[in-house]
Amino acid sequence: MITGIVGAVFVLQYFIPHWPFSKMNAWFSDWFSIVAAFAIWLGALNLMKISAQKVVGRKEDWGYALVIIFSFLLIVIPGFAGGQGYREAGTFFSWLYEWAYTPLSSTMFAILAFFVASASYRAFRARNLEASLLLIAAFFVMLGRVPVGDILTGFMPVGWRLSDLASWVMNYPQAAGQRAIMIGIALGLVSTSLRIILGIERSHLGGE
Amino acid sequence: MEHIAVWVAAFLTLGIVSFLYKDNPWYKLSESIFVGISAGYWFVVLFWDNVHGKFWTGVFPPEEYDAAGNVITKDPDWMLWIGALLGILMLARLVPKFGWISRWPLAFIVGSTAGLYLINYFSSNMMRQVQGTIMPLFGMWQTDPATGEVMFQAFSTYDVVGNLVILIGTFTGLVYFFFSKEHRGVFGATAKVGIFFLMITFGASFGYTVMSRMSLLIGRVDFLFGTWLGLIK
Amino acid sequence: MSERAKEILVVGLILILSIIVYLGKVGGWIGALAFSPAVSIVVIILIFLALVWMLVRTLRGQLLDRRIVFLFVALAVVLPFFMSITQEIKISPEVQQLYDALESLPPGSKVLVSFDYDPPSAPELQPMAESFLRYCLLNDLKVIIMGLWPQGPQQADLALQAALADPRVQQKNLEYGVDYVNLGFQAGNEFVIQRMGANIESMFPRDYTGSAYRDLPLVRNVKNFSNIDYAFNLSAGYPGTQEWVQVAVDRYGLWMGAGNTAVQAPMMYAYVNAGQLEGLLGGMNGAAEFELLTGLPGKGTKYMLSQSFAHMVVIAFVIIGNAAFLTSGRKKQPLGQGK
Repeated sequence: MITGIVGAVFVLQYFIPHWPFSKMNAWFSDWFSIVAAFAIWLGALNLMKISAQKVVGRKEDWGYALVIIFSFLLIVIPGFAGGQGYREAGTFFSWLYEWAYTPLSSTMFAILAFFVASASYRAFRARNLEASLLLIAAFFVMLGRVPVGDILTGFMPVGWRLSDLASWVMNYPQAAGQRAIMIGIALGLVSTSLRIILGIERSHLGGE
Repeated sequence: MEHIAVWVAAFLTLGIVSFLYKDNPWYKLSESIFVGISAGYWFVVLFWDNVHGKFWTGVFPPEEYDAAGNVITKDPDWMLWIGALLGILMLARLVPKFGWISRWPLAFIVGSTAGLYLINYFSSNMMRQVQGTIMPLFGMWQTDPATGEVMFQAFSTYDVVGNLVILIGTFTGLVYFFFSKEHRGVFGATAKVGIFFLMITFGASFGYTVMSRMSLLIGRVDFLFGTWLGLIK
Repeated sequence: MSERAKEILVVGLILILSIIVYLGKVGGWIGALAFSPAVSIVVIILIFLALVWMLVRTLRGQLLDRRIVFLFVALAVVLPFFMSITQEIKISPEVQQLYDALESLPPGSKVLVSFDYDPPSAPELQPMAESFLRYCLLNDLKVIIMGLWPQGPQQADLALQAALADPRVQQKNLEYGVDYVNLGFQAGNEFVIQRMGANIESMFPRDYTGSAYRDLPLVRNVKNFSNIDYAFNLSAGYPGTQEWVQVAVDRYGLWMGAGNTAVQAPMMYAYVNAGQLEGLLGGMNGAAEFELLTGLPGKGTKYMLSQSFAHMVVIAFVIIGNAAFLTSGRKKQPLGQGK
């Protein structure tokens, strides 16, 4: 019931942006912001709970669980102790952000570059017409979006070089495909949202 | 301190990179530090920006002064208590016995998201996109601001071809997504053209993904060989 | 020697080498490495020959270990940093569109910049952020920063420091709260945008440093999006440009451009085409093109050579893989399996 009322208010306030819907919209947005924060807290605290259970029960890899708890406290303590200026330049919190959090998170994603390349070698095959089209579009874009593409097609007249072709592919056929996907997804989301608001879809509450 | 900083960052960077060779203790150590620090980071930032910055200052507004030095009193926003209550109920999940209570805030989250999505996706990703597709193909009637004369302004061949491609691509692509009817005959052929457009889209997306991933790697290489070892100008 | 001992030996060697190079850097007896144009060309030819050798090996039916592919990617990204080759960068229409929009803003216009990304996407988005902020500050545009990702305002702080370090920006004696302001982060994704459409202060009662919204002269009279002249969104996913377009642009009529990671940029072309976005910078090349247009070369331009080489190597491996696939008579995928 909560779901239905809240959802309906958000829909109604779009069509009737006046009292009481405008006020309710403001309240609900504020609440959402706070609940969202608590939801992320829940995630962090749950991680601590699981890690602590691992350490206490001396389960496999409990040493790493201890490292998780230790590094959590390492950043949380100066974060809370630092008051409102906790992340200003020069604080230990900002030091950790710049020299531990940044390299770790960036490298996590950076190594994906290697796996993308290895997957291209193993799985990217021109098996049929569709796959070949995919491959050609990828080539155009990969070459055309970096200066090397124009060096390779320097003999072509201006306007027909790889960068121009890549631009055309991105702005027209690619944009058309994206739009079809976008509309398709929107249709799906709109109908699912409607089902949720009307109470037909309730799986999010734990499957009844 | 500066030396320690770059060495710590380099140690952690190489720890993650070592995964490329194989899973090993150095990687696992770096990964655990990452998990702990990033959870802690979110925890702290959300406390100061949201729980303190929004809720606390909203419920207990601090004294503020205007340019003349007079105290501005702001009414406390009592409605925020309901948000906080819902948030605390969310934490009930941590105790298995009371986990069911978290269904209320969850219902609230799902309901608001559904309500907002319904409108947003309908207007931006559907209506506006359809509107963007059905547009003048060959030119537009425009009023000349100088003379007030209404003239037909023809598009260039480039634009006409482009607009046609957008129209055909979007239409056929949508036909492909229509699964309620068997893809046969004219309908099937149209869907086939749609697949071609979708393949070009996926190809371009793949190309861009490669581009993105490589950029991230380049950033790390710049750190290792530039900031750390000083070999890059 | 056992496998374990070999591994320890290699790690030890790398460590010793790094310490030597680091001491060299600190002591000043090892400088930056730079290949002359001739050496650069020799290096390129060597990489090319090695790739041809990989092609021959694959055609003979030997599957390359994935670590060999990794090695080539690493070489393609690292070596260009030392090469002295210049390449011409061409401007895409959507980047030009963004620049034209900025150029049309009169001095004193208020520009809202939302930083919706975290450090992993920084190599692509940080160069955009730096050159965008530098451009705004140099051209007397007032910058209001915020973030829908908690790390965003912190990245903004780093970008601001870089922009403020420019001597020409320093000459302007800009003041925090008057010429630029960082409102910080707020949780709630698109609901934050939605609420800002009616009242920005309600979502950001305090700024990044803890000062009250009303105490900041720049934003004191900024009630909602109608007081913003242009907005720029740096986005790496959700919440990001899609949400900004849906709520701020389509509902509240905000005039907006975006800088996106290459992963999500393709989707945004549909918005650019429908006129919902005024300009788009996609990935590293978008950053480099923008730097070229504004005449403020930065990291985007510096990274482009590595980007070119990395793309070439990926394409080379796709070709090698397909050559083997085609010559094997399109039988069952001979290369599909493997570890």
